[in-house]
Amino acid sequence: MKTILKNVNLLHPEQKINEKGKDILLIDGVISKIGGLSKEDSTDAKVFDFSGKYVVPGFFDMHVHLREPGREDEETVVTGCNAAANGGFTGIACMPNTEPAIDSAEVVEFIKKQAANHLVDVNVVAAATVGRKGEIISPMAELREAGVVGFSDDGFAIKTSAILKRALEYSQMYNLPIIEHCEDETLAGGAMNEGVNSTMLGLPPIPSIAEDLIVMRDIIIGEYTGGKVHIAHISTKRAVEMVREAKKKGIRVTAEVTPHHFSLTDDAVKTYDTNTKMSPPLRTQEDMNEILKGLKDGTIDCIASDHAPHSPEEKEVEFDHAPNGITGIETEVGLALSELVHKKVLSLEELINKMAVNPRKILNLPVPKFEAGQPANFTILDTEEIWTVDLSKSKSKSKNSPFDNRLLTGKAVAAVNNKKMFYQDKFVEL
Amino acid sequence: MPLSSRHLLGLQGVPKEDIQLILDTATTFREVLERPIKRVPTLQGKTIVNLFYENSTRTRISFELAEKRLSADAINFAVSSSSVSKGETFKDTMKNIEAMKVDMVVVRHSAAGAPQFLTKICDANIINAGDGIHEHPTQGLLDMYSIREKKGKLEGLKVCIVGDIAHSRVALSNIFGLKTMGAEVSVCGPLTMIPRYIEELGVKVIHNIDEAIQENDVLNVLRIQLERKAREYFPSIREYARYFGITEERLEKNGKEVLILHPGPINRGVELSSGVADGLNQIILQQVTNGVAIRMAVLYLLGTLK
Repeated sequence: MKTILKNVNLLHPEQKINEKGKDILLIDGVISKIGGLSKEDSTDAKVFDFSGKYVVPGFFDMHVHLREPGREDEETVVTGCNAAANGGFTGIACMPNTEPAIDSAEVVEFIKKQAANHLVDVNVVAAATVGRKGEIISPMAELREAGVVGFSDDGFAIKTSAILKRALEYSQMYNLPIIEHCEDETLAGGAMNEGVNSTMLGLPPIPSIAEDLIVMRDIIIGEYTGGKVHIAHISTKRAVEMVREAKKKGIRVTAEVTPHHFSLTDDAVKTYDTNTKMSPPLRTQEDMNEILKGLKDGTIDCIASDHAPHSPEEKEVEFDHAPNGITGIETEVGLALSELVHKKVLSLEELINKMAVNPRKILNLPVPKFEAGQPANFTILDTEEIWTVDLSKSKSKSKNSPFDNRLLTGKAVAAVNNKKMFYQDKFVEL
Repeated sequence: MPLSSRHLLGLQGVPKEDIQLILDTATTFREVLERPIKRVPTLQGKTIVNLFYENSTRTRISFELAEKRLSADAINFAVSSSSVSKGETFKDTMKNIEAMKVDMVVVRHSAAGAPQFLTKICDANIINAGDGIHEHPTQGLLDMYSIREKKGKLEGLKVCIVGDIAHSRVALSNIFGLKTMGAEVSVCGPLTMIPRYIEELGVKVIHNIDEAIQENDVLNVLRIQLERKAREYFPSIREYARYFGITEERLEKNGKEVLILHPGPINRGVELSSGVADGLNQIILQQVTNGVAIRMAVLYLLGTLK
């Protein structure tokens, strides 16, 4: 089948492609020609006019909770992928805190089977320890053979320094990262960031040093072992500073940040809205400023949603009793464009690096290429469209987001991958 | 002039005029409490539910008495916290109660923000009777009433809140209310029990109890929670009593008349020695009586709002 994406702006920072007003011919989902299309090429082709839109390498979110197996009432592999496609993503990595945890090849295969034939590529992050209990490292060699791209006990940091050291030693045989949720359990356990807001709201506090201490530990053990440490959802000023220093020293550490940590502060908790409760918690303006600086100077490698669906019955409760986490994969691109590109924190090219290139590199995955013969793996952006978030239109099974009704500038209008395109609210075969 | 809000969720942000109105209205009801027949028909026909998710005999009885003395129909609904996890959600419980057509809800809950949550899901007037370690506005009001009754004013007074500030709902309500009324507020206690950012609320932090006695006109001494997690925040009861407890010797040594309040129940020999708890400087039982008058005032003012 022939498809033409008409009059697009091509932008691929890694390949140094920046071309305006091109037509792309796809045949059966594979790039056939970029520009210079003949009359013959147009014959029998389905034409999509994307005038003024950017075609960029498909976005990749390396931190998504799909909830399957175990909590299919909140999200399934398929609904999570639908939400990802709606958010403009062509690939995701899902986290292992399912029930059972993803700590065996069987569970990995199950998830891959659920995700088969979807537009969105699902890559699996397996548990770093058996049952995420922090006691014995997971069968990493076998898990790698089953196709996992990294290891994490997400939800917690790996419990002890000794186990983290072993995990980093073992995983580096396969060059796979240990993805760390940095939080000292003995200092955490509160409901929001410790600050003047937690004092005024009477909510049990989580000090920022709970994150800082584990980031420090992980960098030190990472340096010692030579393993790859990836700091998930970085949220504190000090943590960003430490990652910056570590990178200068050549330590193999990378970091991601969520859209909520670069667009909200703990002021948002003042309403006791449980959709402002997540781990790590929303921090202060000072932390956010350092995150923006870290995004700009390259300390923070990528943007990831930490998409964490929860059912309304779990979230519509007292703040203390609500679980941590918010959905985010469908608002991620809009928030990144609004808060980072339009506010000149990042150029569009830099954003593409953080949302398409760097996450794949961290996970040793190939970055989609713009050349004839390559499968089409694109995100199509309208950087100027002004739109309002409407959670009722979300493709996720859960609607626990603090961004409902938020006005955003810029969105992903389509995602193309695996011979499919998600466009105008539906999947189209290419 | 009516109150500016139809709920009493806390004293943070409550305007001075509202606090003044509540305190003045309480004076009227305080007088009612001295009559042989202590009942007025003000809230006749109104139904008030006391929704207690946490044990609190004193606060509940005080509210219940206030409701009965205003001739309202009072219903007690106690939910043991253990049933929270397995039973009905807070939202469903509230929806059920609301379906029975109630006018006001007095809520005590272990989770901060629970009263705010109720305002979003039901139409009744909500009165916070203590939410987690957040606020306990009627306690703050009755403390202010009691201080004003004794000292004749609040403005310019120096008040120190002593004890476990970090795990107290009384402290914040006192801080917000007293500051609005122009008092100077400080807190005194072991640093492990003082919230890290409390000074940003315009409150001075004191670590020495003698200094607290010398510098202040009023000490509002909080109960040290011996039964809860708070017990982990100081080395021993003996050490607390010795370095932060208020004793007659200590008051004498500092040679200063200082008014002592305590929200009760008292741990005798811990935060207050028996001598001080029964001494001439304290107004602990007046606080209890005033508590009923304050709650009558709050219920009356909210219950008769148009």
